[in-house]
Amino acid sequence: MEWEAVIGLEIHAQLATNSKIFSGASTAFGAEPNTQACAVDLALPGTLPVFNEEALRMAVKFGLAIDANIGRTSVFDRKNYFYPDLPKGYQTSQLFFPIVGEGHVDITLEDGTTKRVGVTRAHLEEDAGKSLHDEFPGMTGIDLNRAGTPLLEIVSEPDMRSAEEAVAYVRKIHSIVTSLGICDGNMAEGSFRCDCNVSVRLKGEEEFGTRTETKNINSFRFIEKAILGEIDRQIDLIEDGGRVVQETRLYDANKNETRSMRSKEEANDYRYFPCPDLLPIVIDEDYIDVIRDNLPELPDARKARFIEEYKLSDYDAMVLSGDHHMATYFETVAKAAGDSKLTANWVMGELSKHLNQNDTTIADSPVSADQLGGLLVRIKDNTISGNIAKKVFEAMWSEGGTADEIIEAKGLKQVTDTGAIEKIVDDVIANCTKQVEQYTSAEPEKRGKMIGFFMGQVMKATGGKANPGAVTGILKKKLDALCD
Amino acid sequence: MFDKTLAELAQGLENGDFSSVELTQAYLDRINAEDGKYNSYITVTGEQALDQAKAADETRAAGNAGAFTGLPIAHKDIFCTEGVRTSCASKMLDNFISPYNATVVNKFNAAGAVMLGKTNMDEFAMGSSNESSFYGPSKNPWDTDRVPGGSSGGSAAAVAAQLAPAATGTDTGGSIRQPAALCGITGLKPTYGRVSRFGMIAFASSLDQGGPMTRTAEDAAMMLNVMAGFDLNDSTSMQQDVPDYTADLSKPLAGLKIGLPKEFFPADLSPAIAEQVQNAIKEYEALGATVKEVSLPNTALAIPAYYIIAPSEASSNLSRFDGVRYGYRCESPVDLEDLYKRSRGEGFGTEVKRRIMVGAYALSEGFYDAYYKKAQQIRRLIKQDYVNALNEVDVIMGPTTPHPAFKLGEKTSDPVAMYMEDIFTISLNLAGMPGISIPCGQTEGLPVGLQIIGNYFAEAKLLNVAHQFQVATDWHKKTPQGI
Repeated sequence: MEWEAVIGLEIHAQLATNSKIFSGASTAFGAEPNTQACAVDLALPGTLPVFNEEALRMAVKFGLAIDANIGRTSVFDRKNYFYPDLPKGYQTSQLFFPIVGEGHVDITLEDGTTKRVGVTRAHLEEDAGKSLHDEFPGMTGIDLNRAGTPLLEIVSEPDMRSAEEAVAYVRKIHSIVTSLGICDGNMAEGSFRCDCNVSVRLKGEEEFGTRTETKNINSFRFIEKAILGEIDRQIDLIEDGGRVVQETRLYDANKNETRSMRSKEEANDYRYFPCPDLLPIVIDEDYIDVIRDNLPELPDARKARFIEEYKLSDYDAMVLSGDHHMATYFETVAKAAGDSKLTANWVMGELSKHLNQNDTTIADSPVSADQLGGLLVRIKDNTISGNIAKKVFEAMWSEGGTADEIIEAKGLKQVTDTGAIEKIVDDVIANCTKQVEQYTSAEPEKRGKMIGFFMGQVMKATGGKANPGAVTGILKKKLDALCD
Repeated sequence: MFDKTLAELAQGLENGDFSSVELTQAYLDRINAEDGKYNSYITVTGEQALDQAKAADETRAAGNAGAFTGLPIAHKDIFCTEGVRTSCASKMLDNFISPYNATVVNKFNAAGAVMLGKTNMDEFAMGSSNESSFYGPSKNPWDTDRVPGGSSGGSAAAVAAQLAPAATGTDTGGSIRQPAALCGITGLKPTYGRVSRFGMIAFASSLDQGGPMTRTAEDAAMMLNVMAGFDLNDSTSMQQDVPDYTADLSKPLAGLKIGLPKEFFPADLSPAIAEQVQNAIKEYEALGATVKEVSLPNTALAIPAYYIIAPSEASSNLSRFDGVRYGYRCESPVDLEDLYKRSRGEGFGTEVKRRIMVGAYALSEGFYDAYYKKAQQIRRLIKQDYVNALNEVDVIMGPTTPHPAFKLGEKTSDPVAMYMEDIFTISLNLAGMPGISIPCGQTEGLPVGLQIIGNYFAEAKLLNVAHQFQVATDWHKKTPQGI
């Protein structure tokens, strides 16, 4: 039997407003618990919400970026349920008339194919606070700093058929919201998180299978793993004669599995109704036009420009333009280095490797674009070799400093003085009589490969600082002289 | 001194007949001596009041006094007052000291008013008799075996018993006008959005409106001058200029067109009430007004629509009282659900719980269209009725209540009978228009209220119409026996 997955995603993007969606309290991350929660956020008796118009502008930006219908009249509704970190006992959201209606994004898969994914809607709502269970044995702490942070909930159509498509979609949305500057995209801090609705069906069937919703996954990798795991779990379950139960599940990254959180039977009846404390938001064409005219460059346009302007391959352009921070970083380095190919290799190679290994993002990279640019300049002008550059990069990553400071401090400057190199080459030839004999007795066409050994010896002797081009030339000249 | 109006007290302060400290102390002494009979205050803020009075006297001495400087008033205990218990007459908030002031309170403070204390009310403003108060009912000064009305019953009783010259109230379905009528005072419910709701603990957000409860229309105008206005903290407050509500009080009423809705004079209306109201209408005709019959055909639907919309909003508004952050928390909860159930079960009174349940039911999945949505449609019809009627006439008049003050306990076992007490007031909250109740007669020694209704933002007109009646008659000067 051939199975097919059906995936729809709900993405919660925290909007990058300075203050909360319905109060003047700061939205900055990481403050002491409850220091950024005002009377409105605490839901003190008598307090009322006042809508932060900046959140509206940001939502409209997003709607325009995905070619969506913008709700000319949108209405806040109350979603009623009890939870200790939900101070009012309801979440102010938009059910009936969202600010952003139907739209779409195009995703590119690794094999180069593209696919259009529908966005059903995107609506404004407030985030809840946080319940802290670990710090207080036998009790729960409540931190309301996050309560009231504006969220844009972006709901996709169930258009995705694989974990790869789902991740490509999430990356695309991430790329759009960060490019628009409406979300910092920081998944580790929860600024951008994803609920995955997954079901499976036999290929060719029209009906959807029963879906599960896996909540609040906060990295691209976990999204992929959670979906893959959930697809396998559902297929195994059905093949063993079982039934998928409609339920909410949690992804446990440590165990790499999802587990049941609550079933549909226990689900709340949210008793939605229009919030009587807030007026409907009515916007006109002028309002939308001003925002449209001031939209920044969007990821698709940026990718096309990267191909055109930096002569990048389609794949490189996609990777480098996809993430707003990545794109900005790349452009800064490329301009400094004056070599887009070299820059692409470094950003996608050494830098990305370090970011992945350290589980951090380019926005938090310890090596800034200016630092990397300075390093590439020194490769370009032959001050250091590519290999030495990796050592400099390591030092930059762990200790900081500019390329020039590190090269100077560690004495890594490349030896280009041919006299000095010749002396070392002479020493190597004198000390490696056996290898010299092999070289001279070998067929001339095989000698090219054998030169690598001598190269290695010279580099060892110079601590890698000798200019590789110069060494090769000198070695070849001196060894070949011995052959005659 | 205690029978003086705000306007007269302001004159006395201005003339130097007494200081604000003397005036305030006199009221505090009187409250201390007399309020045991009426239970009109939940909290008396003596120390703070004297501090405010002293500051007001200093302001006056410095030549900076305004119209309200040094005048003592009471606030309904639904308005948040910084550093003072704000209970909403509920066990749930018995321990709640508000860390901030309601906008209305701030405005009175800024105007130099002195707060005597916080008045009794129905719990969370849910009731028409004051009997749902956690602190026990306030009593009607005309007959302490009778209710003062509700929910702003404490404010009405305090003004009628001369324990405050004026007080703030709030009106969700008649909660200013009905107790004003039952206690023989003047009570104005402004247009929805005229007075900020910020810091006024929400019962039904789309219906709640704060307003003045006073001896006279002139005093109500003085109060509204302070209370009214747009507030950045309340998105539903209106960006509409605030006129000087005292400016038009003396305008003659010649040519005033009064509409009498036939639905406000049903066959089962108490004949005594009908008679007093008709007499008042005759008085207006004598003042030059003309009268015509109008119709508000959907009046009968107002109570059922209201008892869907108000409880629905209340069920959500009162969710914040969960025992987690402030207010009542049950003893030793075993888990979260226990905490919620017992805190709310023990903290709320019967009527509040009844309305939360009705509201939660009306909003629940599968019932929303049949109840809440239908009620909102009726609400639009009712509003249109008023708009149509007020296209034909300047003001609408009728009785404020179907009966005079009833006995304590008379209707507590029959919630629907209690709800019917608001039959003439409730539709106006659904429409959002302003209305005022003034004393217009008596029956068996109990006051009868005349309700005057006007178009959106026609408060100045209502106050003018009410004031002219009070110039021509003495009903507003009647005081209960022994006061």
